[in-house]
Amino acid sequence: MSLLLYVSLSLILVGLFFTVIAAVGLIRLPDLYTRAHATSKADTVGTVLTLAGVALTFGTNVPRAKLLLLALFMLITNPTATHAITRAAYDQGIEPWEAEQTAETRTGTAAERGPEPAADGGPETDGGERE
Amino acid sequence: MTLASEGSTEALFLLLIGAFVLVGVVTLYRVARGPTTHDRVIAVNATGTTTVLVIALVAAAFDQPGFLDIAIVYALLNFIMSIAISKFTVERGGVL
Repeated sequence: MSLLLYVSLSLILVGLFFTVIAAVGLIRLPDLYTRAHATSKADTVGTVLTLAGVALTFGTNVPRAKLLLLALFMLITNPTATHAITRAAYDQGIEPWEAEQTAETRTGTAAERGPEPAADGGPETDGGERE
Repeated sequence: MTLASEGSTEALFLLLIGAFVLVGVVTLYRVARGPTTHDRVIAVNATGTTTVLVIALVAAAFDQPGFLDIAIVYALLNFIMSIAISKFTVERGGVL
Protein backbone atom coordinates (compact mmCIF):
# COMPACT_ATOMS: atom_id res chain seq x y z
CA MET A 1 0.00 0.00 0.00
CA SER A 2 2.85 2.32 0.75
CA LEU A 3 6.34 2.83 -0.57
CA LEU A 4 7.85 1.10 2.44
CA LEU A 5 5.89 -2.05 1.65
CA TYR A 6 7.18 -2.10 -1.92
CA VAL A 7 10.78 -1.69 -0.72
CA SER A 8 10.24 -4.51 1.77
CA LEU A 9 8.71 -6.80 -0.83
CA SER A 10 11.51 -6.15 -3.32
CA LEU A 11 14.14 -6.91 -0.65
CA ILE A 12 12.38 -10.16 0.25
CA LEU A 13 12.12 -11.15 -3.41
CA VAL A 14 15.83 -10.52 -4.02
CA GLY A 15 16.58 -12.56 -0.89
CA LEU A 16 14.38 -15.35 -2.22
CA PHE A 17 16.32 -15.24 -5.50
CA PHE A 18 19.67 -15.66 -3.71
CA THR A 19 18.26 -18.44 -1.52
CA VAL A 20 17.04 -20.29 -4.62
CA ILE A 21 20.50 -19.87 -6.18
CA ALA A 22 22.04 -21.36 -3.03
CA ALA A 23 19.66 -24.32 -3.16
CA VAL A 24 20.43 -24.93 -6.84
CA GLY A 25 24.16 -24.83 -6.08
CA LEU A 26 23.68 -27.23 -3.19
CA ILE A 27 21.88 -29.71 -5.42
CA ARG A 28 23.83 -29.39 -8.66
CA LEU A 29 27.51 -28.81 -7.78
CA PRO A 30 29.78 -31.86 -7.81
CA ASP A 31 31.76 -31.65 -4.58
CA LEU A 32 31.54 -30.95 -0.86
CA TYR A 33 33.74 -27.87 -1.14
CA THR A 34 31.87 -26.31 -4.05
CA ARG A 35 28.57 -26.95 -2.29
CA ALA A 36 29.93 -25.26 0.82
CA HIS A 37 31.04 -22.35 -1.36
CA ALA A 38 27.53 -21.90 -2.79
CA THR A 39 25.82 -22.27 0.57
CA SER A 40 28.07 -19.96 2.57
CA LYS A 41 27.96 -17.06 0.12
CA ALA A 42 24.58 -17.01 -1.58
CA ASP A 43 22.61 -18.21 1.42
CA THR A 44 24.15 -15.55 3.68
CA VAL A 45 23.30 -12.75 1.26
CA GLY A 46 19.77 -14.07 0.82
CA THR A 47 19.28 -14.33 4.58
CA VAL A 48 20.47 -10.80 5.32
CA LEU A 49 18.37 -9.28 2.52
CA THR A 50 15.24 -11.16 3.58
CA LEU A 51 15.65 -10.21 7.23
CA ALA A 52 16.13 -6.56 6.23
CA GLY A 53 12.93 -6.76 4.21
CA VAL A 54 11.04 -8.27 7.15
CA ALA A 55 12.44 -5.60 9.48
CA LEU A 56 10.91 -2.86 7.32
CA THR A 57 7.41 -4.27 7.74
CA PHE A 58 7.37 -3.86 11.52
CA GLY A 59 6.26 -0.51 12.87
CA THR A 60 7.92 -0.48 16.26
CA ASN A 61 11.56 -0.43 17.23
CA VAL A 62 11.94 -3.58 19.34
CA PRO A 63 11.26 -6.11 16.53
CA ARG A 64 13.52 -4.08 14.24
CA ALA A 65 16.32 -4.33 16.80
CA LYS A 66 15.78 -8.08 17.14
CA LEU A 67 15.87 -8.55 13.38
CA LEU A 68 19.01 -6.41 13.11
CA LEU A 69 20.72 -8.57 15.74
CA LEU A 70 19.53 -11.72 13.98
CA ALA A 71 20.86 -10.48 10.61
CA LEU A 72 24.25 -9.61 12.14
CA PHE A 73 24.37 -13.00 13.84
CA MET A 74 23.59 -14.87 10.63
CA LEU A 75 26.10 -12.72 8.73
CA ILE A 76 28.85 -13.75 11.14
CA THR A 77 27.98 -17.35 11.98
CA ASN A 78 26.85 -18.82 8.67
CA PRO A 79 30.26 -18.62 6.91
CA THR A 80 31.96 -19.58 10.18
CA ALA A 81 29.94 -22.77 10.52
CA THR A 82 30.52 -23.70 6.88
CA HIS A 83 34.25 -23.04 7.26
CA ALA A 84 34.39 -25.27 10.35
CA ILE A 85 32.61 -28.13 8.63
CA THR A 86 34.77 -27.83 5.52
CA ARG A 87 37.96 -27.73 7.57
CA ALA A 88 36.87 -30.83 9.49
CA ALA A 89 36.18 -32.57 6.19
CA TYR A 90 39.61 -31.61 4.85
CA ASP A 91 41.29 -32.86 8.02
CA GLN A 92 39.47 -36.14 7.62
CA GLY A 93 40.98 -36.60 4.19
CA ILE A 94 38.11 -35.88 1.81
CA GLU A 95 39.84 -34.84 -1.39
CA PRO A 96 38.64 -31.93 -3.52
CA TRP A 97 37.05 -32.48 -6.89
CA GLU A 98 39.55 -32.59 -9.74
CA ALA A 99 39.43 -32.44 -13.51
CA GLU A 100 40.03 -36.18 -13.86
CA GLN A 101 36.67 -36.89 -12.34
CA THR A 102 34.90 -34.64 -14.83
CA ALA A 103 34.53 -37.39 -17.42
CA GLU A 104 33.12 -39.80 -14.84
CA THR A 105 30.50 -37.39 -13.57
CA ARG A 106 29.58 -36.32 -17.08
CA THR A 107 29.09 -39.88 -18.21
CA GLY A 108 27.12 -40.45 -15.03
CA THR A 109 24.70 -37.66 -15.76
CA ALA A 110 24.55 -38.57 -19.43
CA ALA A 111 23.77 -42.17 -18.49
CA GLU A 112 21.02 -40.94 -16.19
CA ARG A 113 19.56 -38.70 -18.84
CA GLY A 114 19.65 -41.54 -21.32
CA PRO A 115 19.41 -41.60 -25.07
CA GLU A 116 18.83 -37.93 -25.90
CA PRO A 117 22.43 -36.64 -26.40
CA ALA A 118 23.63 -39.99 -27.73
CA ALA A 119 20.86 -40.20 -30.34
CA ASP A 120 21.18 -36.55 -31.38
CA GLY A 121 24.85 -35.68 -31.32
CA GLY A 122 26.84 -38.86 -30.76
CA PRO A 123 26.81 -40.96 -33.93
CA GLU A 124 26.72 -38.00 -36.31
CA THR A 125 29.77 -36.26 -34.87
CA ASP A 126 31.64 -39.54 -34.58
CA GLY A 127 30.90 -40.41 -38.17
CA GLY A 128 31.79 -36.93 -39.35
CA GLU A 129 35.12 -37.00 -37.60
CA ARG A 130 35.99 -40.45 -38.87
CA GLU A 131 35.16 -39.64 -42.46
CA MET B 1 -0.01 -3.40 13.09
CA THR B 2 2.66 -4.55 10.70
CA LEU B 3 2.54 -3.67 7.04
CA ALA B 4 2.41 -7.34 6.16
CA SER B 5 -0.68 -8.27 8.18
CA GLU B 6 -3.21 -6.17 6.27
CA GLY B 7 -5.71 -8.02 4.14
CA SER B 8 -4.37 -8.86 0.71
CA THR B 9 -0.77 -8.25 1.74
CA GLU B 10 -1.02 -11.16 4.16
CA ALA B 11 -1.90 -13.51 1.29
CA LEU B 12 1.14 -12.25 -0.62
CA PHE B 13 3.34 -12.94 2.38
CA LEU B 14 1.82 -16.40 2.70
CA LEU B 15 2.87 -17.08 -0.90
CA LEU B 16 6.40 -15.94 -0.06
CA ILE B 17 6.40 -18.23 2.99
CA GLY B 18 5.35 -21.11 0.76
CA ALA B 19 8.22 -20.36 -1.64
CA PHE B 20 10.77 -20.38 1.20
CA VAL B 21 9.33 -23.64 2.57
CA LEU B 22 9.69 -25.15 -0.91
CA VAL B 23 13.36 -24.09 -1.03
CA GLY B 24 13.93 -25.69 2.39
CA VAL B 25 12.35 -28.94 1.26
CA VAL B 26 14.51 -28.94 -1.89
CA THR B 27 17.68 -28.61 0.22
CA LEU B 28 16.60 -31.70 2.16
CA TYR B 29 17.41 -33.69 -1.00
CA ARG B 30 21.12 -33.22 -0.25
CA VAL B 31 20.52 -34.42 3.31
CA ALA B 32 18.97 -37.64 2.06
CA ARG B 33 21.54 -38.23 -0.70
CA GLY B 34 24.87 -36.78 0.38
CA PRO B 35 27.90 -38.95 -0.19
CA THR B 36 29.64 -37.89 3.02
CA THR B 37 28.54 -36.80 6.48
CA HIS B 38 29.75 -33.26 5.91
CA ASP B 39 27.49 -32.87 2.87
CA ARG B 40 24.56 -33.69 5.10
CA VAL B 41 25.69 -31.25 7.79
CA ILE B 42 26.02 -28.40 5.27
CA ALA B 43 22.59 -29.22 3.83
CA VAL B 44 21.02 -29.27 7.32
CA ASN B 45 22.68 -25.91 7.97
CA ALA B 46 21.11 -24.48 4.79
CA THR B 47 17.72 -25.92 5.75
CA GLY B 48 17.97 -24.35 9.20
CA THR B 49 18.81 -20.98 7.67
CA THR B 50 15.72 -21.21 5.49
CA THR B 51 13.68 -22.17 8.57
CA VAL B 52 14.85 -19.01 10.37
CA LEU B 53 13.65 -16.96 7.39
CA VAL B 54 10.29 -18.75 7.43
CA ILE B 55 9.84 -18.03 11.15
CA ALA B 56 10.67 -14.34 10.63
CA LEU B 57 8.20 -14.09 7.72
CA VAL B 58 5.48 -15.78 9.80
CA ALA B 59 6.14 -13.26 12.58
CA ALA B 60 5.64 -10.44 10.07
CA ALA B 61 2.58 -11.93 8.37
CA PHE B 62 0.63 -12.80 11.53
CA ASP B 63 1.78 -9.75 13.54
CA GLN B 64 3.39 -11.64 16.38
CA PRO B 65 6.83 -10.20 17.24
CA GLY B 66 7.40 -12.90 19.88
CA PHE B 67 8.20 -15.35 17.09
CA LEU B 68 11.43 -13.44 16.44
CA ASP B 69 12.84 -14.76 19.72
CA ILE B 70 12.19 -18.28 18.46
CA ALA B 71 14.03 -17.38 15.24
CA ILE B 72 17.04 -16.13 17.22
CA VAL B 73 17.14 -19.30 19.33
CA TYR B 74 16.83 -21.43 16.19
CA ALA B 75 19.78 -19.62 14.60
CA LEU B 76 21.85 -20.18 17.75
CA LEU B 77 21.00 -23.91 17.79
CA ASN B 78 21.83 -24.18 14.09
CA PHE B 79 25.27 -22.64 14.61
CA ILE B 80 26.00 -24.75 17.69
CA MET B 81 24.98 -27.92 15.83
CA SER B 82 27.39 -27.21 12.97
CA ILE B 83 30.30 -26.31 15.26
CA ALA B 84 29.69 -29.31 17.52
CA ILE B 85 29.59 -31.83 14.67
CA SER B 86 32.66 -30.34 13.01
CA LYS B 87 34.54 -30.48 16.32
CA PHE B 88 33.40 -33.99 17.20
CA THR B 89 34.34 -35.58 13.91
CA VAL B 90 37.96 -34.37 13.88
CA GLU B 91 40.19 -36.93 15.57
CA ARG B 92 43.29 -34.79 16.07
CA GLY B 93 42.70 -31.54 17.91
CA GLY B 94 38.98 -32.07 18.33
CA VAL B 95 36.85 -32.28 21.44
CA LEU B 96 36.99 -36.04 21.73
